[in-house]
Amino acid sequence: MFAVKNLRHAYNGQDVLRVESWQAEQGAHWLLLGSSGSGKTTLLHILAGILKPTAGSVAIAGQDLGALTAAGLDRFRGQHVGIVLQQLHLIASLTVADNLLLAQYLAALPQDRSRVREVLASLDLADKGDAWPHELSHGQAQRVAVARAVINRPQLLLADEPTSNLDDARCGQALDLLESQARACNATLVIATHDQRTRARISNHYAIQGAA
Amino acid sequence: MNFATISLGYLRARSLNTILNIALLALGIATITLLLLVTHQLEERMQRDARGIDLVAGAKGSPLQVILSAIYHLDVPTGNIPLKQAQEIARHRAVKKTIPLALGDSYKGFRIVGTNHDYIAHYGAQPASGRLWQKPMEAVIGAEVAQRTGLAAGGTFTGAHGIAEAGSGHEEAPYAVVGVLAPSGSVLDRLVLTSVESVWAVHEEHQGADARQHMGEEDREITALLIQYATPLAVAILPRYINNNSAMQAASPAYETARLFNIIGVGVDVLRGFALVLILSAGLSVFIALYNALNERRYDLAVMRTLGASRGKLMRLMLFEGLLLALVGAVVGIVLGHVLTEALGGMLKAAQQVAVTGWIWVPAELWLIALALGVGVVSALLPAWRAYRTDIARTLAQG
Repeated sequence: MFAVKNLRHAYNGQDVLRVESWQAEQGAHWLLLGSSGSGKTTLLHILAGILKPTAGSVAIAGQDLGALTAAGLDRFRGQHVGIVLQQLHLIASLTVADNLLLAQYLAALPQDRSRVREVLASLDLADKGDAWPHELSHGQAQRVAVARAVINRPQLLLADEPTSNLDDARCGQALDLLESQARACNATLVIATHDQRTRARISNHYAIQGAA
Repeated sequence: MNFATISLGYLRARSLNTILNIALLALGIATITLLLLVTHQLEERMQRDARGIDLVAGAKGSPLQVILSAIYHLDVPTGNIPLKQAQEIARHRAVKKTIPLALGDSYKGFRIVGTNHDYIAHYGAQPASGRLWQKPMEAVIGAEVAQRTGLAAGGTFTGAHGIAEAGSGHEEAPYAVVGVLAPSGSVLDRLVLTSVESVWAVHEEHQGADARQHMGEEDREITALLIQYATPLAVAILPRYINNNSAMQAASPAYETARLFNIIGVGVDVLRGFALVLILSAGLSVFIALYNALNERRYDLAVMRTLGASRGKLMRLMLFEGLLLALVGAVVGIVLGHVLTEALGGMLKAAQQVAVTGWIWVPAELWLIALALGVGVVSALLPAWRAYRTDIARTLAQG
């Protein structure tokens, strides 16, 4: 679960985002809707704790992010929040399996190779552990990015525009994937999107209002 | 997964650049290592050979040449000195011990030295086989002479004029080898030792019967006299006494070798400066590589932050990478330096010069490693600081 209250974010003295109140139950799946440039990514970054809001509070799984130290926030994010970025940004100089181990290492969690195999298998990537990111198709790379986001069994799983540039069939597969992986670790799922095709799939919608 | 896995991944991803950086650093370190090892061994060797010898009396000429010919046997002598005058010096009250040397001939490039048993005792050498000479035309050979010429106790050989390998010979006066010295790590290893009388005999034989008649005790000559002082005060008296009262000159091993090292030192300093320039350019190259890598890696750094890495961790990661490069460069450089020194030693050995080995360790090499690591840290400092400052949200929003 998470709770956002009286959130306001300003950039160069101008408000770019306002959220009065948005709460989600643990394990719920939400769509964060809004046209491009409306502040979806900004709100996603604030939820992930990589951007500090100008005002307001964010609590994730009962933890007030504003109460954490900088290093404490980094550790909390590593252990409790999984993020699938729009540009997947796998580490090109590490193999697929090492990309997942990296997520465990940087979150200061024990490195568990059987967990890595388990997650890769659940995403139909069982034979890709030793592959390099540049050897993967886009779909495989996206699944690795999902695997990296869920490897630490996060309580909050965030995805930024996961279906843009995908055809209808793949769009459905990507959503299936995110939902099934979120369910597997009972994570609250938030998908930021402006893709109309996703609306029918997930019923909880939060539409962002342009701050202007 | 740890810092090493991550850094090695990045170093492998731009392997050409990595090899360039390591090679630059390694060449600089190898050059300094070689200089350290060679100068250390030369100085140690020269000090060991000159130990206990306070002064050398020889014919007038270059004092450095007297030292090089009489102590290190690397040069031709300046000439001969009258035995009588040498004996007067030996009786001087400021003198504790003297050793006479009669030079002139060689065998296969190894010098034949006419002397007495004190010379062998001075360097603490012992026969490994056979015995020391007891009468004229018996000779004892150094360990290296035995090894390289195949001579052994019981063999015979004839000397040749000069110290060049091919000189006109003394075929009519063969020496009998009666002993081989155990290796002593001193100049004795490369010498053929016999009595002064043997050297006189060979040359009288050579000059014919006429000369023998004329060659009375009065006219006997030796080449040089090694002198040990009886008292430190002798330094104020003896050199002046020798220089004023005879056709000889006194040369101080300590002073002349210091002068020699000053002359060589200029060349060593130039090489050392060149090596430092190499190390500094390696540092600059590591800096540029890490700085550029930072741009290529800004998304990676941002992603690592989203995965839970703190700012400090990213900073340490960059520093670690600089250190890793420096450490590999230093280790490769030091190994290379030792191998090159050993190769140089092999070449010097073939030329029957001073023995130099690459398989020794000089404490100053620890400073070299510290220097390399310092260069690594300094060149990674600014990139590390920029990694620390990375704004993840803005970086990710860009792409």
